[in-house]
Amino acid sequence: MKTFRALPSKVFRLRYMPAITLLVFLTPVGAGLISSVLPAFGYLPALGRSDFSGEAWGQLLHHPAIPASIFTTITTGFAATIISLGLALFFVAAWYGSPSYKKTRKMLAPVLAIPHSALAIGLAFLIAPSGWIVRAITPWATGWDRPPDVAIIHDPYGLTLILGLVIKETPYFLLMILAALDQTQAEKRLTVARTLGYKPISAWIKAVQPAIYKQIRLPIFAVLAFSLSVVDVSLILGPSAPPPLSVLVLRWFNDPDLSYRFMASAGAMLQLMIVIAAISLWFVVEVGVSRIFRSRSSMGKRHFFETEIKLASKAGINFLVMLFSGSLLVLVTWSFTWRWRFPDFLPSVWSFHSWQNNLHNLAESAGTTIAVGLAGSIIAIILVVACLENEKQRGKNAGSGALWLVYLPLMIPQVSFLFGVQVISIKANIDSSWVSVIWTHLLFVLPYVFLSLSDPYRSQDNRFFNLALTLGSTPSRAFWRIRLPLLLRPLLFAFAVGFAVSVAQYLPTLFAGGGRFATVTTEAVNLSASGNRRIVAVYALLQAILPLIVFAAAMRIPNFVFRNRQALKGS
Amino acid sequence: MPRKLFGISVIALGLFGFSANGQAAPQSTANWQDVQEKAKGQTVYWNAWGGSELINTYISWVGKRLWDDARITLKQVKVTDTADVVSRVLAEKTAGKNEDGSVDLVWINGENFASMKKQGLLFGPFTQTLPNYKLVDTESKATTIVDFTIPVDGLEAPWGMAKFNFIYDSARVQKTPTSVADLLNWTQQNTGRFTYPSPPDYLGSTFLKQALTELIEDPSVLRTSTTELSELNQATKPLWDFLDALHPNLWRKGSQFPASSSAQQQLLDDGEVDIHLSFNPGAASSLIKSGELAPSVRTFVFDKGTIGNTHFVAIPYNSSSKEAAMVVANFLMSPEAQARKQNPNYWGDDTVLAISKLSAKDQQVFAKIPLGAATLPPQELGPTLLEPHPTWMEYIEKEWLKRYGQ
Amino acid sequence: MTNTNTFHQPENSVTASALHLQDVCVSVENTKLAGPINLTVAPGEIFTIMGPSGCGKSSLLAAISGTLSTNFKVSGDIFLGSQSITALPPEDRHIGMLFQDDLLFPHLSVGENLKFGIPAAIKNRNERDALAEKALDDAGLPGYMSRDPATLSGGQRARVAVLRTLLSRPCVLLLDEPFSKLDVELRDKFRQFVFRHVKAHHLPTLLVTHDPDDASATGGEIIQMANTFT
Repeated sequence: MKTFRALPSKVFRLRYMPAITLLVFLTPVGAGLISSVLPAFGYLPALGRSDFSGEAWGQLLHHPAIPASIFTTITTGFAATIISLGLALFFVAAWYGSPSYKKTRKMLAPVLAIPHSALAIGLAFLIAPSGWIVRAITPWATGWDRPPDVAIIHDPYGLTLILGLVIKETPYFLLMILAALDQTQAEKRLTVARTLGYKPISAWIKAVQPAIYKQIRLPIFAVLAFSLSVVDVSLILGPSAPPPLSVLVLRWFNDPDLSYRFMASAGAMLQLMIVIAAISLWFVVEVGVSRIFRSRSSMGKRHFFETEIKLASKAGINFLVMLFSGSLLVLVTWSFTWRWRFPDFLPSVWSFHSWQNNLHNLAESAGTTIAVGLAGSIIAIILVVACLENEKQRGKNAGSGALWLVYLPLMIPQVSFLFGVQVISIKANIDSSWVSVIWTHLLFVLPYVFLSLSDPYRSQDNRFFNLALTLGSTPSRAFWRIRLPLLLRPLLFAFAVGFAVSVAQYLPTLFAGGGRFATVTTEAVNLSASGNRRIVAVYALLQAILPLIVFAAAMRIPNFVFRNRQALKGS
Repeated sequence: MPRKLFGISVIALGLFGFSANGQAAPQSTANWQDVQEKAKGQTVYWNAWGGSELINTYISWVGKRLWDDARITLKQVKVTDTADVVSRVLAEKTAGKNEDGSVDLVWINGENFASMKKQGLLFGPFTQTLPNYKLVDTESKATTIVDFTIPVDGLEAPWGMAKFNFIYDSARVQKTPTSVADLLNWTQQNTGRFTYPSPPDYLGSTFLKQALTELIEDPSVLRTSTTELSELNQATKPLWDFLDALHPNLWRKGSQFPASSSAQQQLLDDGEVDIHLSFNPGAASSLIKSGELAPSVRTFVFDKGTIGNTHFVAIPYNSSSKEAAMVVANFLMSPEAQARKQNPNYWGDDTVLAISKLSAKDQQVFAKIPLGAATLPPQELGPTLLEPHPTWMEYIEKEWLKRYGQ
Repeated sequence: MTNTNTFHQPENSVTASALHLQDVCVSVENTKLAGPINLTVAPGEIFTIMGPSGCGKSSLLAAISGTLSTNFKVSGDIFLGSQSITALPPEDRHIGMLFQDDLLFPHLSVGENLKFGIPAAIKNRNERDALAEKALDDAGLPGYMSRDPATLSGGQRARVAVLRTLLSRPCVLLLDEPFSKLDVELRDKFRQFVFRHVKAHHLPTLLVTHDPDDASATGGEIIQMANTFT
């Protein structure tokens, strides 16, 4: 049988793209992991230890903070994921297509753009016992001259930590659900169910949800892994005695007593095992739940807590929007403050000092942030597009079967391989250079770009491309003139997501940059050590502003370019 | 100092590692003039805690002066935790990068110094080479040569003096406690108005050391290294009894502690607590000036004295700008830089120099430095208590975590 | 619409030749979808393949145009006149296609869509514009150059799609149920429009459809394709 696959040489090169992408990825991650695994078993020649032993594990498991720390990690991680997911699913189920749904949709990009830590700093000040909400009602309503002595921030159950994570993760889930909707013909399924007499929510749950769920499974795992290993938000909002495991491990990694390195490495491995176990557990429970679900869905019940879910989900989303807006507003206020004592509702002395005094630093760190963010996102887009184009041209299983591995950096706790990454970059003599910083950022940028772009790319109607070929256009012309312009909107959106992810990176910048690369985020985290809210606010805002600008551009540019193209106008 | 010498010593280090106390080959014969020549045009990456706007501004000033005087480019690498720097140098050593290291100078003391010294990550001894070192008050400021009971051995150059003290709001607190024991009484009358950052925060740990030093039967045992568990248990029992009594009266009833000393500073300004801890006698004045604390805050210390130490700068073994780093260290000990540092308008940190060793003109400069409204005059600061040996610290931190950290 | 040859000048086209399929088979994972098919379509002739959905008609057309997904295997040979085009990439086959959807590129204007089809050999911008405008005039759509395709009616879009294909100077035309989405009235008019152009350009044309009216309107040969699945 003679096959006549007539592919140009360009495609021939494309076929190596998944391999190249994975190489770019797995080399540092894998080697980093190994460099972290070895010390966990007592191997770290630089500290004069090259014997293998389980000593570090013994130390770890006997550490007094470990049981409570693991408990906090697991409860907060699962709670944040389940609440965010539930809220997002129920909200879409109850309000799909309504005006408040459309309004919420518009809020998504800004919330996503703002780094976790910036939001957490704002939230902490908003809801603390001496925070803005209390100040608003004190002393006239409360009679307090001093803040109440109650633990809201750093509460021992991690409730504030959960809240902080939910504010960021619910919009992320909403966005992922929206993307999935376009591909599952949700509207048609919903119409069919409604005409069969199902109320909106039960129609959604029974006819649409199962299809949606499949599409968002990967984002769920990413969020779960993130919630179980997040460091910065835990530091700002999480329990302190003891903190979640991620914070503990980082603390050990940074302990001046270098012998803690062994226990730190073992802790990082434990963290990794927890993430793997959590994802497996989720998977098992999911199978069970979906079984129950399917047996229930054919029982013919036409309604499912319609009013309750409608009201509760709306209230929940509104609550999050309010907290989000309040957190942002409070940051703006602090950045223009000179003196602002409890219980004043507004600062007693305003000032531009914090902005002015940091102008030079601001410009420099913003410049670095933008350069690294742009480079990382552009490289990520190129690699992802190349992989996806390879898939389009050579069939789905053409060498991209292993591409799920790009999600690995999202699943593995950062601390567990960053030390190793650092060692490798030093060995390769690229440490503290732009190359190593951008490369390390790429490890986190690329998975999110892949996540954002793969669905729109895969579902693009291939007939446009093929038609261009039959019109005599070369594949490369069809690619540049037809494929990419049609994907302009998702491309720019993925770019903005990548940029936002890059801006938010703290540990990777620190480890790969040898501390010599100051981004707005490293500055924000460094200065938050000062407790000087005025400056922290300036940097947190800057952390938020840069991705916001990019997101705004990513939304507006297609609207402008396609202003005369009805079929491509934004919804 | 000839460049070759560095090369040889680096190779030697690569082959044999540092000796146990971390010293490289002695090089006191080096000529300061040569060092200055070599330093010209070098860039120094100075890794220094970046959490204070005031200090960062001071460091920028140092950079400007060094460029003008010696054509040295000084870049501050702001770090959150000096331990990160230790990690980085360790990572470089792990990878065999014994030259062109990323750190040229590091602001350091205590445990981080002990750790770098022990792991052979430091260059030196070099302080004897620095002309300004002879102005340092090594006689009455003993902590300039013994850092947390660890001999400095010329591996780090003294930069400033720290002394544990308390900052309080005089508008809210009339009578301040006079000792650790009195603090317990005070918290009984002012429930929920005191706390300390959870160890291993620097100031949190120092608070524990202060309490231990005051409460222990025989403070002299703290001078030596001890790993005997029963001895540690026995000796520290008064501390745990004290804390058990203290904690119910603390902020959040002792179930929660501020994560860092800066968090506690914010608590003071928010009125959540009335007392904040500090390691810099001039901090209160500086913080008033920068608007971070109310004009009514003041400083107090305990009658029998508080723990004091010195902070230093050190040069990692694999720096490629060692000469320039030495010039920077020397400038930091100059009367000019030290006088500015002591001024609360710029920083408010006590000098390491012996005023008596200075020229008459320089003595005048120091005499004219304003104290700042909230700073105690030197005679009211009380005696300086020495830091216990790091092994005590490690034990207390672990034990604290076990008892209160969960 | 009398002088439709203006945008298909004979001197630039490959001399009209017939399309031959020789033992062409399409299969996926060793399951045969279509064929073996042997047929010859003369220039200007419209050859109709009829069959139920799922019988592999569309796959066959994709195989001929070279745009079949690589999961599929094609055997046999395809000739244009005496020249085998089996191994050529789609863009070198000069095989124009029309689908039931017009597939106008939504990000390009009507004029840009048309010009996308014009061979790159015509470099002069004015000349390219003139060709596109002429085509629009001839199709009864004068002044539509800068229009957004989304603002056109279904019939207008269908006509623009045909013009775009013809402007690319194909040597063969493949029609994949291009009339099925139009309503009955429009369908007949559009059919006439397409067939007229096919004749004018002497294009060997292969039509797949399941509408007997389409088949009978061609006046050409008809074969019935059976569903190979059981």
